[in-house]
Amino acid sequence: MGLPDASALPGVPAIPPGPASAVVRVAPAGAWPGFDLPELWRYRGLLFFLVWREIKVRYAQTVLGAAWAILQPLLTTVVFTVIFGRFARLPSDGVPYPLFSLAALVPWTYFNTAVSGASNSLTANTSLVTKVYFPRLVIPGAAVLAALLDLAVSIVALLVLMLFYHAAPRPAAVVLVPVSVLMMVLTAAGMGFWLAALNIQYRDVKYVVPFLLQLWMFASPVVYPLSLVPDRYRLAYSLNPLAGAIAGFRSALLGAGGPTGVEFGVSLGMACLIFVGGAAYFRRTERVFADVA
Amino acid sequence: MSETMIRTRGLGKQYRIGAARNRPRSFREAIARSAAAPWRRPEPAELVWALRDLSIEVAYGEVLGVIGRNGSGKSTLLKLLSRITNPTTGYADIRGRVGSLLEVGTGFHPELTGRDNVYLNGSILGLDRASIARRFDEIVAFAEVERFIDTPVKRYSSGMYLRLAFAVAAHLEPEILLVDEVLAVGDAAFQRKCIGRMGHAAEEGRTVLFVSHNMTALQGLCSRAIWLKDGTLAEEGAPGVVVSHYLQDAAATRPHQFWPDAGLAPGNDRVRLRAARARPADSNPAEPITTRTPVLVEFEYWNLREGAQLSLTLHLTNEDGVLVLAAGPIDGRQSQIRPLPRGLFRDTCLIPGDLLNDGLHRVEVLVVDRDTDLVYRHTDVLVFEVRDTPDLRGGWFGKWKGAVRPILDWTTEHLDAGVAAPLSTAP
Repeated sequence: MGLPDASALPGVPAIPPGPASAVVRVAPAGAWPGFDLPELWRYRGLLFFLVWREIKVRYAQTVLGAAWAILQPLLTTVVFTVIFGRFARLPSDGVPYPLFSLAALVPWTYFNTAVSGASNSLTANTSLVTKVYFPRLVIPGAAVLAALLDLAVSIVALLVLMLFYHAAPRPAAVVLVPVSVLMMVLTAAGMGFWLAALNIQYRDVKYVVPFLLQLWMFASPVVYPLSLVPDRYRLAYSLNPLAGAIAGFRSALLGAGGPTGVEFGVSLGMACLIFVGGAAYFRRTERVFADVA
Repeated sequence: MSETMIRTRGLGKQYRIGAARNRPRSFREAIARSAAAPWRRPEPAELVWALRDLSIEVAYGEVLGVIGRNGSGKSTLLKLLSRITNPTTGYADIRGRVGSLLEVGTGFHPELTGRDNVYLNGSILGLDRASIARRFDEIVAFAEVERFIDTPVKRYSSGMYLRLAFAVAAHLEPEILLVDEVLAVGDAAFQRKCIGRMGHAAEEGRTVLFVSHNMTALQGLCSRAIWLKDGTLAEEGAPGVVVSHYLQDAAATRPHQFWPDAGLAPGNDRVRLRAARARPADSNPAEPITTRTPVLVEFEYWNLREGAQLSLTLHLTNEDGVLVLAAGPIDGRQSQIRPLPRGLFRDTCLIPGDLLNDGLHRVEVLVVDRDTDLVYRHTDVLVFEVRDTPDLRGGWFGKWKGAVRPILDWTTEHLDAGVAAPLSTAP
């Protein structure tokens, strides 16, 4: 992307005229433009910088800094343990309830942060969208990836709590945890692309997202175990990609009550579908962003 | 050397107008509307061509000036060429990386340090890390912020902020540079630096598209000019010729303008103009304005953001495209601009008599928030004629020269008569 090095030398024309520089054609876009992966690859540096900016800015001028990434799921765990564990006496597959709920709240908090961050990302960056060209997918993409740092930090906190309760992960965790995280990244990105594209056109989305996420949490095995869902509904339930992702994540670390291979596969398939569908919708509406922002 | 860097064919962009009133702004409205008339397509009357059927070519190393009134399609052209917005018809072939000075400060984040922002801004504008590192010292030196480079930019003065932002944009060294009147920022010394930087880019063989209302700068820098009128190409050729035709074309005077409907008034979501008027200060508005007449220039505008610290700046330009004066509310009595509530405001400026020369004068109004943030500008908001006066011009009957025509104190003494002593060569 950079110019030839000649530009650093005084008096030397920086651009050699000729066919060396590629010709870009600006023309009306078709109804369903492709993803233009080579261009996305060229802009990977920008994606990296936007992720880095998100992370750096998120905890700027806070006293506790990244500790917030741990405190959020931890405090929710306390509340859930009291309400759902003590009062409602929800089953937890024999695992101590605090551990049970934290093991789901850690991935859930990631999903929550990633989706709400991504859906607000375009409107928060209108000055970028209206002033300079680059593949717009990197904006919500950066929000989804930046939240991964918080996830990493809170996984450490989860491991500490596991030590405290003498809980040991299953050997399969080496594969299951990364795949579950990947499923959440795909789902969060797909939803983030879709919601961000809608949000820049209709600001109503801003009010819908928190509500949608709250519903989604109760539709996912966060406060209750997967085993609470009747067997005949389990496959339909797995159409929620977070069902497979969160239950898979939790059972890999705590050992009990995971999804079957088929259920996990259904969730993974849905995650991919949401990702591709969200990105396709984003690309289709992308051309009007600068005009409506 | 005649390599074509930009070629457009039938390039056009259509916008929907009355966006503020007619576009569904929420799901509810969109649903309600499609329920009311599900088959209804956008009416053709609601669409307007911002740019229509433009076919131009720009060669390697050429500096092309783009002139035209507000709304004539200049900014749309730059937006299309920089790929920010998509054309409705036609196409543009562009050879090489496009950089634009539209982008000053784009992506700057107040919490990040100057250093971080330089890297971030550079990467947004398409440079890789190594290229930014190579230019880093030069950028910082150009912006004159060496001491503060590791301070968050939210602690910068607005001048420092702008200088750093401009420095990054100016050091990108793209093959094609788009410049849209960015030279309105900064103090005079910094502006000279910027003009110099642009000339330098042209010498290096970069292709530059320069959009400006400053006809003097445009004629000095450009090798060719195009004139856009109502979205179409009106003329292209030597800058001197195109500029003079453009100025003659706009010769009709427009001493007042009025937009009663806030939805259609010029402006944006922060400010909209309601009215503008130039009239003789001490006589009937129908009387002509002469070089002796004090002139009142009035603007009425809606401030749409609670607490905006808006101030207006007026630029008065004469027939030759020379900026005669710039004026604003800063006059010593009122050094700080107070936050304004939402609502309708009127600014009135008195240009004293015996100041303007005769001829057509164009007024451009700029709305600025907190002294530095340009919210809106409207070129040729008013065009009024100052008539010549037969008195006070001695025996001279030709065109009175100069941008202004003040009556200065002038005495003549007969020194031989011994009334006053001649100037001494001694200090």
